Formats: sequence, structure tokens, C-alpha cells
Amino acid sequence: MKTYDEINEKIASKKAVVLTAAEIIDYVDKKGVEKAAQEVDVVTTATFGPMCSSGCFINFGHSNPKIRITEAWIDDVLAYSGIAAVDLFIGATQLRHNDPANLDYPGEFRFGGGHVIEKLIAGEELQLFALSYGTDEYPRREIRTTFTINDLNQAIMVNPRNCYQNYNVAVNASNKPIYTYMGKLKPNMGNISYSSAGQLSPLLNDPFYKTIGIGTSVWLAGAHGHVYAEGTQHTSDVVRGINGVPEEGAGTLALTGDMKEMDAEFIRGVSLKGYGVSMAVGVGIPIPILNEEILKFTTIADRDIKAPVIDYSYDYPNKTGKTLATVTYEELKSGTVNILGKEIESSSMSSYEKALTIAGILKAEIEDGKFYLAKPFKKLPENQKMKSLSVKD
Amino acid sequence: MKTRKLLLTFNKNSVEKPIVYHLVKDFDLIINLYRARITAEEQGSMILDVTGSEKNIADGIAFIEKEGVSIDDAQKSFRWDEQICTSCGNCLTHCPVDALHIENKKTMKVVFEPDLCIDCLGCIDNCPYGACQSIFQE
Ligand code: SF4
Ligand code: SF4
Repeated sequence: MKTYDEINEKIASKKAVVLTAAEIIDYVDKKGVEKAAQEVDVVTTATFGPMCSSGCFINFGHSNPKIRITEAWIDDVLAYSGIAAVDLFIGATQLRHNDPANLDYPGEFRFGGGHVIEKLIAGEELQLFALSYGTDEYPRREIRTTFTINDLNQAIMVNPRNCYQNYNVAVNASNKPIYTYMGKLKPNMGNISYSSAGQLSPLLNDPFYKTIGIGTSVWLAGAHGHVYAEGTQHTSDVVRGINGVPEEGAGTLALTGDMKEMDAEFIRGVSLKGYGVSMAVGVGIPIPILNEEILKFTTIADRDIKAPVIDYSYDYPNKTGKTLATVTYEELKSGTVNILGKEIESSSMSSYEKALTIAGILKAEIEDGKFYLAKPFKKLPENQKMKSLSVKD
Repeated sequence: MKTRKLLLTFNKNSVEKPIVYHLVKDFDLIINLYRARITAEEQGSMILDVTGSEKNIADGIAFIEKEGVSIDDAQKSFRWDEQICTSCGNCLTHCPVDALHIENKKTMKVVFEPDLCIDCLGCIDNCPYGACQSIFQE
């Protein structure tokens, strides 16, 4: 048994023993749970992939004369201004003004909020265009200027839903190609697409939210941020398999972090043909090995994690609840899976390679005494169901 | 028999010349044409495999150059930017020849094998990050 304080003391003296969620699997195999739980202080988990429910708040400071912004575009992408005078919210899936979207199906969706945020973090120059109706104390009615992140007072990322615990695996059972947030799906189940870091993924390593909760410190694209709430659509009352690992979407996290500390390698604008724009986010979360039970959860391997295969041409849009099959991430990562007697080529939307890199970076930061653990002050909800929206007539 | 992949670039003066016809007829080369494009500015690009004896290939290339058509390594028509690639893997099921592939299942890093690429553009439409580009894309 260890406490958060004890582990943080070891981190401060650069003596913490840290392994990634990939390394811990073989380590525990060799050493056994009891010994490994004594030796290992922290297991680092990570994920990298498109997370649509992401965005940021920025503050410009005041121009002379002052403006109370009521409409704003950054690099022609609409930013939400229904808050204080020079505060704006940029959403990851906001499409650039005048983009033809799917008028010329399938649309290309080349630029949007996610790309704006990536440019900001990369330190590039962006254009602000804003309007106002003018008031006595904020007389200016229009502003056009350029800026970089260094000109902003604050640039705080606020992502209402990141790190989905597990995720659907998508196929297309119809006879024509479809374009989805899981990529282009070929007809007649011609390919299969998944999106999870599997054995590295944060909430798959802590299936019952014993250490990841509200207040947990996280590595958010290089910034030291934290979990500020349960993520939207957080659903903990789900079908669970080995180790209690969910076999469907399940839990989510709401994350925040200072964009001025971020690295643009881990926040990337995403263009999905026929679907829209989004943003890929890189997250690393440390799991303190407080006891053997928590360690055991982190030993989950791709072969033990199952995900549901859903037909995105019919069952997904029509919410039938039908699952065609379940597959493991080991099968998915092998490149081909067998669904209903058919060999299908698989590929992913999220990047395991980037997740591995992040787990390694976080490990190094903890070993170097640069990243500390925070004990959550509130648990994520357990036994929570997901509501549907009923359309009243 | 040897095979070489060539990227031919035609300018305004050479764009109407029947190069492929002569490669077959005069130099006994087997042609596998992947992609050809002429722009409104009357610039043209063509990517093809030529198969034949070493001498015939060399003579064919000399002939092409004499006609004012420039030759490049085929791979220069397609560019995969390793710096931009996130190794997400979304392109993999859209690459018919596995030019983009994962070598090491432990790291899941995506790598590109230029010699295999047939410039089909399948990955370009399916790369969310814009890591793939080709002179043939619209
Ligand atoms: S252009 Fe076609 S062959 Fe070349 S890498 Fe892309 S998908 Fe593969
Ligand atoms: S889809 Fe693009 S980013 Fe993803 S692996 Fe292929 S080339 Fe790299």
C-alpha cells in the first residue's frame, strides 16, 4: 500500500519507478503482482486521436477604443462570442466560413476550428475579424488584426469529452461507400475502422475510476492540466468483460490545460472527407500504483479488450442498438479481422504510435521529478446510464 | 528484363508528342501506365513503368529526353511527409499495394515504401492530417 503523498515524495527525489501501460504487462508477468506492486510507483497511460468535443477559451485584452465583440472569426472560422467583451470560444469542429461542406459530396473539409487551435499552439499568426453593435463604454464596432498566442492573455483548452474509455468499431454493410468520422468505409464490409489506444488507453487501465477522477493531473499535449469534470456522455453502467473493462464506449473525461505550455505535435487539425473537421488530441494520464488491485487493472492487454462492431450505414444512424460482432484490439491491430466469416482489413483513426510516444514522455517527466500526481477530490459517477433524446410531437 | 518507373513531365512544346507509341514500337518496351494528366496550361505529367532490356530502356530514355520531355524518379510525383504523419493508420486499408504499411506491430509506426507506390491517390483522400500529396491530385 502506498499513498499519493509517498509517491509524490519519491517523484520529488527522482526515485519513482515508472513503467508505461505497455511495459507493465510483461513486467507483472515476470515478477508477479505482489512484488511488482511494491516496486512500481506509477504506470503511464496515453491516447492520441480525433476528439471532437474539444475547444478553447481565449482572451485578447482590450483595443483602443474598446470593443465588446458580438461576432468573431479567426482565420475565417466562427468563434463563439456570447461571453465577456473580449473572450472567445473556438470549437474544434467549427468549419471555415464559406466551406461548401457536403454540397459537393463527399466534401473535403480542409480547415476548421481544430486547425486554428493547432496554428495557435504552433505560434503561427492568425487573423481576427470581429463585429459589435457598439455601446457607450465599448464604442468600437469592427476590428481586424493579426495575432499569435503570445499576444493573448489566456489561451486555455477546455475539452468537454476526451479519452473515451472504449469505442465502437465501424463497418459498412451497405453496397455503397460511406464517409464517417471513422473514415471512409468501403461497401460490403470492405474495411473496418477502430479508434482506441487499447492497452495504453487511460480509462481501460482504470476501468472503475479508482484513481482517475475529478482533479487528477493529466498531460494534455505537453501542458500539465487536469480532469475538471466527468466528460459529456460519461456512461459507467455498461457491459464489462475481463478486469471489468467495458466492451463499449463507457466513461469519458473533461480535460483542461494551458495552451501556452502545449506542443503542436500533439494537437492536430483533422479533415475527414465527407464528414467534417475535428481535432486530434494527445493525452497522457499517470496511474499511481497504490495497491495490488490497481496494479492488476493496469496489466490489461490488447488481447483482453473487446469492442463492438457496428454497421455505420444503418445500425448506427438509426440507433438500432445492434452489434454485428465483438473483436479484440489484438485482432484489430493485426491488420485483418474475421467478422461473420469474412476476412476484413482493419485500420485505425487513433494513433497507437503517438500514444506510445506520449506514455514515454510522461514516464520521463515523472522520473525527472517534473510531473506530480494529484489525488482526485471527487470520483467519476458509477452506475450512470446514458439518456436518449425523445422527439416530442 | 528490367522495369523502371518513370515520371515524365511535358511542356507546351512536347505535350502533343506520341511518346508512349514510340517507346513500344521503336524500343520494344512494355508500358504500364499509372496516371496521366494535362493541365489547362498545357503542362503534362505521366507516370509509367517501362519493362524491357537494359539497353532498350536506356535508348528509350534518351529518346524521351531528346523529345524535350523531362524525366524524374517516379516517386517525386507522390510525397509522404513523415513529419506530418501521425501513424494513425487510416490510410492503410486504402493503399492497394501496401506502400504505406506498419512494419513493427509493437510500435505501430506507419512507414512508406516509395518503390511500391502506384500513385493511385487512395491515401490522399483518406489522410486526415494531409501527410500525403501528389502532383496528380486535383
Ligand atoms: S498513392 Fe496509392 S499506392 Fe501510393 S501510397 Fe497512396 S494509396 Fe498507396
Ligand atoms: S492516414 Fe495520414 S497520418 Fe494517418 S498513417 Fe496514413 S499518412 Fe500517416
